[in-house]
Amino acid sequence: MNMFKSMAIGVAGLAMATVATVGVANAWEPTKPVDFIIMAGKGGGADKMARLMQSIVEKENLANRPLVPTNKSGGSGAEALIAAKKAADPDHTIMVTLNSFFTTPLRQPGIDVDIMSFAPVGRMAEDTFLLWVHKDSGLKTFEDFLAKAKADGNKWVMGGTGKNSEDNIITDFLNNNYGLDIKYIPYKGGGAVAKDVAGKQVNSSVNNPSEALGFYESGDMVPLVAFTDERLPMFPDVPTLKEKGADFSYFMQRAVVGAPGMSDEALAYYTDLFTKVYNSADWQKYKSSKSLMGDFMAGQALRDYWTTQRNRHESILRASGAIK
Amino acid sequence: MEILLSLFNGILIALEPINLGLAVIGVVVGLFVGAMPGLGSVNGVAILLPFTFVIQSFTGGATSPMIFLAAIYYGAMYGGAISSITLGIPGASTAVATTFDGRPLAMKGMAHVALVAAALASFIGGTVSNVLFTAFAPLLASVALSFGNPEIFALMLLAFATFVGLGGDDIPKTLFSICFGLVLATVGFDIISGEPRLIFFDITGFSHGIRFLVLAIGVYGIGEMIWTINTSRYGSSMSKVDVSWASMIDAMKRFQEAWRGTLIGSLLGFFVGILPAAGATPGSLMSYGVTKMLSKNPKEYGKGAIDGVAAPEAANNSASTGAMLPMMTLGIPGSPTTAVLLAGMVIWGLQPGPLLFTNQPDFVWPLIGSFYVSNLVAVLVNLAFIPVFLWMLRMPFTILAPLIFVLSLVGTYAAYMDMFDVWLMVFVGVGAFFLRILDYPVAPAVLAIVLGPIAEPKLRQSLLLSDGDFSIFFTRPIAGPITVIAIILILLPLFKVIYDKIKGKPAEA
Repeated sequence: MNMFKSMAIGVAGLAMATVATVGVANAWEPTKPVDFIIMAGKGGGADKMARLMQSIVEKENLANRPLVPTNKSGGSGAEALIAAKKAADPDHTIMVTLNSFFTTPLRQPGIDVDIMSFAPVGRMAEDTFLLWVHKDSGLKTFEDFLAKAKADGNKWVMGGTGKNSEDNIITDFLNNNYGLDIKYIPYKGGGAVAKDVAGKQVNSSVNNPSEALGFYESGDMVPLVAFTDERLPMFPDVPTLKEKGADFSYFMQRAVVGAPGMSDEALAYYTDLFTKVYNSADWQKYKSSKSLMGDFMAGQALRDYWTTQRNRHESILRASGAIK
Repeated sequence: MEILLSLFNGILIALEPINLGLAVIGVVVGLFVGAMPGLGSVNGVAILLPFTFVIQSFTGGATSPMIFLAAIYYGAMYGGAISSITLGIPGASTAVATTFDGRPLAMKGMAHVALVAAALASFIGGTVSNVLFTAFAPLLASVALSFGNPEIFALMLLAFATFVGLGGDDIPKTLFSICFGLVLATVGFDIISGEPRLIFFDITGFSHGIRFLVLAIGVYGIGEMIWTINTSRYGSSMSKVDVSWASMIDAMKRFQEAWRGTLIGSLLGFFVGILPAAGATPGSLMSYGVTKMLSKNPKEYGKGAIDGVAAPEAANNSASTGAMLPMMTLGIPGSPTTAVLLAGMVIWGLQPGPLLFTNQPDFVWPLIGSFYVSNLVAVLVNLAFIPVFLWMLRMPFTILAPLIFVLSLVGTYAAYMDMFDVWLMVFVGVGAFFLRILDYPVAPAVLAIVLGPIAEPKLRQSLLLSDGDFSIFFTRPIAGPITVIAIILILLPLFKVIYDKIKGKPAEA
């Protein structure tokens, strides 16, 4: 069938090809390259993941048109949200999102983005967070960390990705819940944060495993506590914050969404496409090797998840004073 | 000794027919991608990343795909110079500094000298950085780690300092140009606070900031073209080019004049390249500035100094190898292109980081070997194509001008796929023409818009660390000396004026 299709294109040109394509399948398919917006800068966790998804699509030949990644990292994702909202062709615009998908519209009502207007293509994973320090700090346990951070007051520095971002939320929680005064320094991406922990430019971070893995394996960075519900298979000796008595866990959604106004046919196509990506051997391998959690989720279930997450972030941001 | 043995084995693997073939194809692809205005190594590598899976399915390991992509990266660094020199449009952001003197040389009918100098300087820059990379990779990784926020800011300050002298002798106009560029660099979302800034007229296009290539193509493509049309209204501005063996050999002899720029570019470019914030573009601009500053005839720069071509070209090749270092040893990309390469490594199942050299020697050493091979291939291919590129220059300006215009439009669109950027580019081009009529130097503004977005967050992160205390830039062992040197350089023209006054000489205009 495919051979016929390409022969038709070669021999009879574009008109004939259109006929052939229609003959093959009635379902909606992209008719031009798909704009694949990444809501974060190059080189971070979200970026690597997006490029992996793109490569799996290419490698397994899952789509008839390529996904073209563009990084829009401005304003903790505001730039990406606006670009998707104003997309000229919503059927050919999809976006990889982080939790800034929830927080940025809350913090910046001015950009006038309703996340429920986005199409729920699929949640590919939930990323996890751990507390990292440098091995030379001598800190071995979370209690050590609390004692040291408390003694150092605002001389203890936490590096993190962006202002009022996931990293900032966790830092705020630690400050408020344990009476700490950790100073938070925003960076452009998680890779740069990990590098500065390894280089002892900052004292700690709450990097995702994928961002800190290189320095964890070399022994430079040590995880003290996981912000998950259960211990991570990759870090069996690292306790969770819940074990330490705090009712707090925090995850980052790694989801693909469609631009507002995407047709139901296109949404069905992309959900199907990313289900295949999710089930591919490469994705599953990446998921386990980078300590990612969460099952595939799409449609109404994903919308409900968004509602829960948005409400939770609203109360977190309200409690920390980031929004009124 | 162990290193030499590993390197030797690596080169042998890189010379295997399949790998050598991929290197040659990669270099040629890169050369053309780099020469196309707007398309740089990042586009070439990103577009061909999926193709590497085909290669991987034939060869198995990650080595051959990486050799292919690295060769594209290399080729593009060579190619960027070609359109900078022949058309005056920077082929890639890394080649902007090459237009400063490359274009004037071409207008004087010395395009062959500029092209040969660019190729040879690129080769030397690449070789120097390869040797440094091979010998000192683990050590340099720790140097990169010791550069925190204050250190990087101090380095950026030093870059500005070298450029105060770049705009000719009119210091106030140069400072104005730098400040103007810095203001433009703040457009878009602020990284630290997340707030939008200077989104003129609420146009969405400004939210991603004013992109560097938009500015560069506008200034050097459109602005330069209007300038040429304006100045050569009555004369024929067809460049004379001489394509013969004699002229090529003559060009190679002339390259001897450029040893200083080549050396500075090779070393400085490599060093800036290994810092995971900067990349090849600041490296090439800084090398140009430093070379000019140390030159005996700084007035020749911008009018066709061979050193002015050699320095940025040596630097951008050197920096591109340098940028591989934080990518491989720290898992952090030093440039947009290495970000894509990094993603590739993750996809091929490698874990970049401090242990890569120990855990994956079968990947690392053939790759390093391929840097040497690709570099040699690239210089040979480049020299072989020079007559073809020169032929472009023989076109009458009445054909060349519309071609430059079209390439500028297409190139800007190709870079970001955004029509707003295309309009902005034309607007910038016209604006740059008027600035030039008023005798304002535009190069410092271009520098400011490259370095501004790197310097500003580093400045603010540093001040957050120190609770707003500026002494952080003076008291740290690495940042301190760099900051002091930068400030002395900035004040140097002032000292000169005072010195001349005391000596009773009239201050130079």
